[in-house]
Amino acid sequence: MTKVLMKGNEAVGAAAIAAGCRYFFGYPITPQNEIPEYMSRELGKVGGVFVQAESEVAAINMVYGAAGSGARVMTSSSSPGIALKQEGISYIAGAELPCVIVDMMRGGPGLGSIQPAQGDYFLATRGGGNGDYRMLVLAPADVQELVDLVIEGFDLADLYRTPVMILGDGMIGQMMEPVEFKTENKKELPAKDWATVGTGGKRKPNIINSLYLQAEDLEQHNIKLQAKFAKMRENEKRVETYNTKDADIVLTAYGTTSRIAKTAIAKLEKEGYKVGLIRPISLYPFPNEAYEEIGENTKAVLTIEMSSGQMIDDVRLSLNGKVPTYFYGRTGGMVPSPEEIVNKVKEILGGDK
Amino acid sequence: MAMVFEKTKGLTDKPTHYCPGCTHGIIHRLVAEAMVELGVLENAIGVAPVGCSVLAYDYFNCDMHQAAHGRAPAVATGIKRVHPNNFVFTYQGDGDLASIGAAEIVHAAHRGEKFSTIFVNNAIYGMTGGQMAPTTLIGQKATTAPYGRDEATTGKPIRMSELLATIDGAAFVERVAVNTPANIRKAKKAILECFKIQLEGKGFGIVEVLSTCPTNWGITPVEAMKWLENNMIPYYPLGNFKKPGEVE
Repeated sequence: MTKVLMKGNEAVGAAAIAAGCRYFFGYPITPQNEIPEYMSRELGKVGGVFVQAESEVAAINMVYGAAGSGARVMTSSSSPGIALKQEGISYIAGAELPCVIVDMMRGGPGLGSIQPAQGDYFLATRGGGNGDYRMLVLAPADVQELVDLVIEGFDLADLYRTPVMILGDGMIGQMMEPVEFKTENKKELPAKDWATVGTGGKRKPNIINSLYLQAEDLEQHNIKLQAKFAKMRENEKRVETYNTKDADIVLTAYGTTSRIAKTAIAKLEKEGYKVGLIRPISLYPFPNEAYEEIGENTKAVLTIEMSSGQMIDDVRLSLNGKVPTYFYGRTGGMVPSPEEIVNKVKEILGGDK
Repeated sequence: MAMVFEKTKGLTDKPTHYCPGCTHGIIHRLVAEAMVELGVLENAIGVAPVGCSVLAYDYFNCDMHQAAHGRAPAVATGIKRVHPNNFVFTYQGDGDLASIGAAEIVHAAHRGEKFSTIFVNNAIYGMTGGQMAPTTLIGQKATTAPYGRDEATTGKPIRMSELLATIDGAAFVERVAVNTPANIRKAKKAILECFKIQLEGKGFGIVEVLSTCPTNWGITPVEAMKWLENNMIPYYPLGNFKKPGEVE
C-alpha cells in the first residue's frame, strides 16, 4: 500500500474508518478539530453517522449508547474536554463497553493553552473518573504509530470490553507525516452478544448498566474488573527500548518528548556519552519490566515530560530505588529542546562519560 | 373463566421498589402496554435515568441501558443512530430531565432525534430524599427548601413541556396526569400517539406525566392525588402543546 501524507488528526479519522468505526460523537476543541471535521466529511460516505454533540458530556454519553448497542464508536477531544468526558468514561468502564477515545493534550490546568502538553497522564492512567477502574492508554510518537494504535485500539477495546484512550498531544495531532493503513485483523474477537439490539422475542433483555446496589454484588463486579486489568497488564505492555543494558544514563519519555529525547541521544553519542532510552507506548499498562532490566552500570534515569512530572511516578515505582531518578519538564505548551535535554544529562553525569 | 385483565408482557415479573401510592407503577404499565399494543416491545431499547426510576431496566421487558444522571437523551441518541429501525425511549424524572439533563433534552429535541421521552414530573427529588427540584412549586417544602421554595432566590418552577414545544425539532409535546382513571386513559392515549410519532419518523416526542410522591411530599397517597390536582395542574396545565401538522 502506498503512503499518503496526512496530518495527525485527519489520520486518526482515516484510521478509525479503516478499522470499521462508523459512529463518531464529538464537540469542537482546539487542537483536535480536524478529527470531528474529517469525520463529518467522511463518515457519511461509508454509511456512518457523525453527530456534533451539545457538549463533551453529551458526546461521551452518546458513545455509551452506541457502544452498548454494539457499534464501533469513537470520540475525541483535548484536555479540558477530556476532563468533561470523565463521567461517561467511568460509566463505560463500569458497564464494560468498548470504545476509542482520543485525547490530543494541550496545556493546563483550567483552560490552559492550545499548545501541546502532557499534563493528562494522571487523568488517563489512573482512570480519571470516579471509582476503581483503569483503561488501556496508548501513546503514539509519530503519525504512523498514531494510525496503527487507533486501528489496533478498536480491536483491543472489543477484546477487553474497555475504553481505550489514545493519548497524543497538539504536536502529534497537527504534524504531517507519510502514513499507510494496515488493517489485517490479527485478533479473534468475541461476539457482542451483550449488546442492545432488541430482544426479538428470543432472549431475555440485555441490560447495559454500571449500577450494583448490593455491596456484595458491586465488590464482585470490581473483582471481575480488576482481573481484566490484570490480564491487560499481562498481555498489553508495549515499549521501545534503546541501549538500556550498557548506558550511563537512560532517558525515558513518551509521545512527542520521546522524539526530542532521541535527537538529544544522537547529539550526546557524538560526544561520547552512552545514553539509553525507554519509550513507553502503553502508559496503562505501564511497561515496568523495561526499567527493571536496566544495566548495572547505569548511574541515572532521566524522565522527560511536557508536564511538571507525572509519568515519573510510574518510573520511580518501576525502578523501586534501583537507580537515582531525575526529571526535566516544560509546561504550559512549551516544548523542551534537544539542547536542554543534553545540558540536563551533562549536569546529572557531571562530565562523566 | 374469561380473562378480563392481565399484566402486560411489556413488564417483567420483578416486584418494583416504588413506595406505596407512587404513580411510577401506573406510568410503567402505560408505557409497557403502549409498546405491546404497537408491536414494538421486541425491538425496543429503553434508557433508564438516575432517580427513583433508576431500576426501570429491571422492570421493562426489553433491552435497556442505565444512563448517567440527565444523560438519557444523549445515550438514546447514540442508540437510535446505531439502530434507526429500533424503537428507542427514555424514561426520566424531573431532577434528571429538567435540572442536570436540561442541555441533553433540549438538544435531543433540537436535533429532532427520533426517540420518545417519558418525563415523570413529581416536583421533587424522590430517590435522594425530597430535595428541591427545578419543578418544585413556590412555597412547597423540600429538604433543601425547608421554609418552602422561595421565588426570590430559586426562581419559579420550570415548565419543560412549554419550553420544549418552542423547539422546531420537537414533533410531539403533551402534558398528562395520572391522578384519576380518566386522566390515566388520556395519558395512555398521549403515550401511544407520541410513540407513533417515532415510528412514523416524524421527530422527537415527549409526554410529561404529572406524578405524585406521597413519601417526600409527606402526605397520604389519597391526599397526594388531590394535591396534584389542586396545586400541580393549575401551574402545569394539561394538554397537547405540539403535534405534527399544526400551524405554528
